[in-house]
Amino acid sequence: MKFAIQVNSSPYQSQASATAYQFVETALRKGHQVVRVFFYHEGIYNGLHDAASADDDWSIARCWSALAKDHDIDLVLCISAAQQRGLPVAETAGHTGKAESNVAEGFHLAGLGQWVDAIITADRVVSFGG
Amino acid sequence: MNKNVLFIMRRAPHAGNHAHETLDAVMTVAAFDQSVRVLFVDDGVFQLKKDQDPAAIGLKHVAPWFQALRIYGVHELFVEAESLSERSLGEDDLSLPVQLLQRDQIAGLLGSQDVILTS
Repeated sequence: MKFAIQVNSSPYQSQASATAYQFVETALRKGHQVVRVFFYHEGIYNGLHDAASADDDWSIARCWSALAKDHDIDLVLCISAAQQRGLPVAETAGHTGKAESNVAEGFHLAGLGQWVDAIITADRVVSFGG
Repeated sequence: MNKNVLFIMRRAPHAGNHAHETLDAVMTVAAFDQSVRVLFVDDGVFQLKKDQDPAAIGLKHVAPWFQALRIYGVHELFVEAESLSERSLGEDDLSLPVQLLQRDQIAGLLGSQDVILTS
């Protein structure tokens, strides 16, 4: 089964992004395909490089980065949602997908078109948080 | 491939910038030639309320944004009748023509969609 995943909550706003991570990790482990994880609305805070808990023991961004590295999945931070929340985004980021230094490893910036592409390609669309 | 995509709006205007970002998503999905519908339930019905005047809190009247949906070929806007009546609103209070659905008709609409996105 091919899944497209949308994450709409920030890491500390609710359980949603942790649940999304567990869902994606489990789906991959069970042999399913994850077409893309698209971070929208407050979900873009999942992909910030420097976000870490005070005692530095857990970071959802690091979990996502490790998952992207192990499974070669596509983690996309919505570029307009990121800009609206003050993430410094280069003019060219939408074309090159090149991450800024404060975007965690394995994430890249792209537009809503990437989300539509994922919706069209996937067998199932699952969104987390709202 | 053409999919039926339903967006569900459940939040009041100015509850964050969800309305604006969700509309961006609605328009983008529609621009890629998918069949898009929007359902307003719960406090989401306030999105379409006419005569909003949020200037005093420095914000914009959101209902006109929905006028633009026509340009993107999004013609099917559904509103749950009970959500309106529970908030002392009627169809006349809305700024756009919509299709009213009773609560027990919602499941039928959801069941006919390929993708459902809630915000």
